Amino acid sequence: MTPDMKGFLILTVLKMVVVFTIVLVGVALLTLMERKVSAWMQNRRGPNRVGWAGLLQPAADGVKNIVKEETFPAEANQLLFILAPAISFIPALLLSGVIPWGAPINVNFDWNLPLIGHASFHGPMSLAVADLPIGFLFILAISSIGVYGIALAGWSSNSKYSLLGGLRSSAQMVSYEVAMGLSLIPVLLLAGNATFSEIIRAQQQGLWFVASLTLSFFVFMVAGFAETNRLPFDLPEAESELIAGYHTEYSAMKFSLFMIAEYANMITVSAMMATLFFGGWDIPGRWDENGSALAGLVTALVMFTKSFFFIFLFMWVRWSFPRFRYDQLMALGWKFMIPLALAYIVVICVAMWALGAAGIVHPKIQGLVLLGLNLVGIYIVFFLLDRGRLLSGSYRRQAAAGARG
Amino acid sequence: MAIGVKVMKRPEREMSYVRAALKGMALTFKHMLQPKVTMQYPEERSTADERGSYAVAPRWRGTHRMLADEQGRSKCVACGLCPQICPANCIKLVPGEDEEGNRYPLIYEIDEFRCVFCGYCQEVCPEEAIHVGVHFENAEYSRDRFVYDLERLTSQTHQVSSLWDPADVRGQ
Repeated sequence: MTPDMKGFLILTVLKMVVVFTIVLVGVALLTLMERKVSAWMQNRRGPNRVGWAGLLQPAADGVKNIVKEETFPAEANQLLFILAPAISFIPALLLSGVIPWGAPINVNFDWNLPLIGHASFHGPMSLAVADLPIGFLFILAISSIGVYGIALAGWSSNSKYSLLGGLRSSAQMVSYEVAMGLSLIPVLLLAGNATFSEIIRAQQQGLWFVASLTLSFFVFMVAGFAETNRLPFDLPEAESELIAGYHTEYSAMKFSLFMIAEYANMITVSAMMATLFFGGWDIPGRWDENGSALAGLVTALVMFTKSFFFIFLFMWVRWSFPRFRYDQLMALGWKFMIPLALAYIVVICVAMWALGAAGIVHPKIQGLVLLGLNLVGIYIVFFLLDRGRLLSGSYRRQAAAGARG
Repeated sequence: MAIGVKVMKRPEREMSYVRAALKGMALTFKHMLQPKVTMQYPEERSTADERGSYAVAPRWRGTHRMLADEQGRSKCVACGLCPQICPANCIKLVPGEDEEGNRYPLIYEIDEFRCVFCGYCQEVCPEEAIHVGVHFENAEYSRDRFVYDLERLTSQTHQVSSLWDPADVRGQ
């Protein structure tokens, strides 16, 4: 093994340890934050007994979940029943590996270490564990594996509630995955690359994609809520209808794994929203690209703040909105989100072609033109179409029935 | 439509999902900033004289208390009316008599687990000895501790219930 390769491996292992620690600790703190935010929105205080301001509550929950009895339904498919939490947990953690959490840092070292031997690294080090060239295709692919975890959990429990939850989740997540994938195509068109770091670079040169691709962002956000099973779309859980949906039969740490997976997915989707549409770790201006450790730290903090805002948005939305009815959920996905995403791809393609034909190549000016286009799009979608037509309420069905007979 | 659902004709501006959603989120955010209403219970307690929103009603019927006379003996004369009226049959009374012919309870036990807290014992007591109390903190480590004997009933100090007066429905 060459010294360069050893240095690369050492850094990668370090990055893995740091990122996974931060994500897992973050998940623990997010469970606390969820309870705090929900409490505040209901004029309560939330957990404040364990540790200062309840900060040790996640630890108490963890201890409880580890100590509790594991139950196995007698008629369950034991193999899949045990496998399902792992299937939803592992992809959720894998996802955090490809997101660049900060600006690349210049690293130079040339060490002779015991056991390892001569290791060296020179040049910029990406702050993603693996800055994959297929970046978000990897995320789309791996996140759909998580669906299997939920569907298998529902099926293997041999309980009607779990089965319904699993069925709902597979239908819902498959439908919204289409919308999610389609909403990202304009990003690909504009960035011309599927690597996260290249997408961020494209946003540094032009405008953040939330300005030039607002409707994409909207579709991606809604699909992201659906993919993580968060509240307006938490049909797979639906306490009031299905007890706890797909994890009804789970207890102790296996149940906990589902929760960790949910929150880890939240972190990933929030980080993706920040990366793809809000410039990732980018701070407007050029000073953050000198490759120093300080710039790396500051940009990582900026990335954290952006992701944190979206995590808060997840919670905010969860405690504001009621759950969709199932047919409304499907109607929203298939009749609104997917056509909107498809139409938007066409619009962006035409706009790109027109910009190219008009000879406008400067990315900032391109972004501004697209922003103007988006304002029109926002007006059409949110004001012209949004007249009780996006979801079919009883009013719509009544009208349809009246028209028929 | 198969079932006759009454459908309101709403103006179109009221049917916008986006505006309704934003309004809802503004509302929840406003609530985040409002003062919290939770009472921090073990540290903060409602007091008997407090007439705030947390006060326990004076006619609350909680665990029992036996009143005592000036010498510290219980007022009970072991007449047997309370075990007689008790619908849950939770009062155990063995009467005794001293040299002067005064009746007193040899054993007086109330099983608070069987008690339904109807307050009949207080209503029926001719000596105003047994009372239900304005009290709700009854946690114990063992089930046996919920059989209150005479000594324990006498040593309670909480406020006694004023019960509900049919003549004064609103308690004014």
